[in-house]
Amino acid sequence: MVLVVVEHDGGVIDDASAQALTLARDLAAAVEEPLEAVAFGPEAAGVADDAGAYGAAVVNAVEGDDLDDYAPEAYARAVVQCAEGTGSDAVVAPGTDRGSEVLAHAAAKLDETMAAEVVDVAPDGDGYELTRQRWGGTLLEHARLHADTKVLTVAPNEVSAVPTDDGPADVNPFAPDLEAGDLRVRRTRVEESDVEGVPLSEARVVVAGGRGTDGDFEALEELADRLPDAAVGSSRAAVNEGWRPHDDQIGQTGAKIAPEIYVPCGISGAVQHMVGCKGAENVLAVNTDPDAAIVGKADWAVVADLHEVVPAVTEELERRTE
Amino acid sequence: MEILTAIKRVPETGSKVTLTADRTAIDTSSLGFTVSPHEECAVEAGVQLVEEHGGAVTALTLGSADATEQLRSAIAMGADHGILLETDERWGPAATADAIAAAADEDGTDFDLLLFGNESADAANHQVGVRVAEALDLPCVTGVKGLDVTDGTAVAEREIPGGTEVYEVALPAVVTVKEGTNEPRYPSMRAKMQARKTEIDRRDPDPRDDGLELVALEVPETDDSPAEILGESPDAAADVVDVLDELEVI
Repeated sequence: MVLVVVEHDGGVIDDASAQALTLARDLAAAVEEPLEAVAFGPEAAGVADDAGAYGAAVVNAVEGDDLDDYAPEAYARAVVQCAEGTGSDAVVAPGTDRGSEVLAHAAAKLDETMAAEVVDVAPDGDGYELTRQRWGGTLLEHARLHADTKVLTVAPNEVSAVPTDDGPADVNPFAPDLEAGDLRVRRTRVEESDVEGVPLSEARVVVAGGRGTDGDFEALEELADRLPDAAVGSSRAAVNEGWRPHDDQIGQTGAKIAPEIYVPCGISGAVQHMVGCKGAENVLAVNTDPDAAIVGKADWAVVADLHEVVPAVTEELERRTE
Repeated sequence: MEILTAIKRVPETGSKVTLTADRTAIDTSSLGFTVSPHEECAVEAGVQLVEEHGGAVTALTLGSADATEQLRSAIAMGADHGILLETDERWGPAATADAIAAAADEDGTDFDLLLFGNESADAANHQVGVRVAEALDLPCVTGVKGLDVTDGTAVAEREIPGGTEVYEVALPAVVTVKEGTNEPRYPSMRAKMQARKTEIDRRDPDPRDDGLELVALEVPETDDSPAEILGESPDAAADVVDVLDELEVI
């Protein structure tokens, strides 16, 4: 059995979970084992359609008053019991904050190794041969994983989610036997962001500024305001200068973005920055230096001062949409 | 309050990395080393909490003798003590966590808070803090970008799409932080000089097999084909809008 922990919003699984299911489905086929999913919360059973569409035969729906709010250790306990109950050879989760956290707890409880940020895996004798990301994807590690229960997280946005023609998964209500202490860490409350607009991670267009802005992001914000589903980000240099909050930082230790087009302005393109934007489908760089690393990574570039180019783009947009 | 911060010595890689001939490590011959960014924020968080509540910060690392450089960086930032779990071997996350948990246990200090980076910049295993919490049977909050302590309770915030989720856990606890939690201070020259004189507590950790066997590293190929230059003046604006139009994002 290959067991996949999926995350969902009201029964709709997220992209990272669909990607994890896709990788796990291929692994399950290679080891000739069935594929099941485990989902949490009041609407866990609702993932039957989505999980089935990505190849899961069964959704183990973990519900219960204690589990309505996210509680990592309780979730991990449930995953461990579900894995043991189904005799799972492998437990897989998306490498999101929650997926990584729950599986790290589960791996510790199972006293097994966890391979994080996996992008490819195949059986290799009694273990797995796998490839995982390091340094945010600037390095790949080829490794062999030996464990009775193989625990792995899948690097988000590195595996294409491919649905199948399968119908909905069967739903198996699953009530974990929680232990004292499993609920000592629970989400207490949620505070909604007072930042308006689309989050960086969900934007279709991301306009970002770096050291070349000299701290003036007004033109970038005006351009983003002109575009639907657009957000403004920044490089680490701009954050270090105190020009933008860390929440705006795109990079290895900041936001990972996956827009249809990324427009870095006055950003040199350091390795750590490129890690954050490698999910972008297209890149259009604005930079005065034609030899800047970002120009080498871009699909299109304007080699000119962003302070002149960006307002001109905004004006052109206004002219065309009048 | 007594705080333990676990840090890691990692190569600085602002540019493309190259590998050693056997492809099992980064060629660091032309690279400097630093404290992994999330962990630098963990040190800063610990120092700020001690400044507010009193107590002491102990910085700990597992690595080669060279890692004393990073311990001294943490001490220059305000940590009071440094512990080096000295080894020249490559350790996996489970073995590392076991060694840190054992060191915390045998230290004789009742740590109120153990702070980690959410994941190291180089290995990105996302699990050492959690495993230490499991080994010591402590509550753990990961991926934190806001941390405060009030009346024996850690209030930790982490980002989710559209907002922040808040966790409150009784101390002692483990917290793993992300860059952005704070702005790590730049130590004064005087602090750096004093840190050089601080004695480092060196210990020999017990190794264990980690189950993940490194075969080889690979630098993935990237598409470095030249960009299509749309222009070299604001006159390129029309072409930029054409691109946006073609991609149907306007």
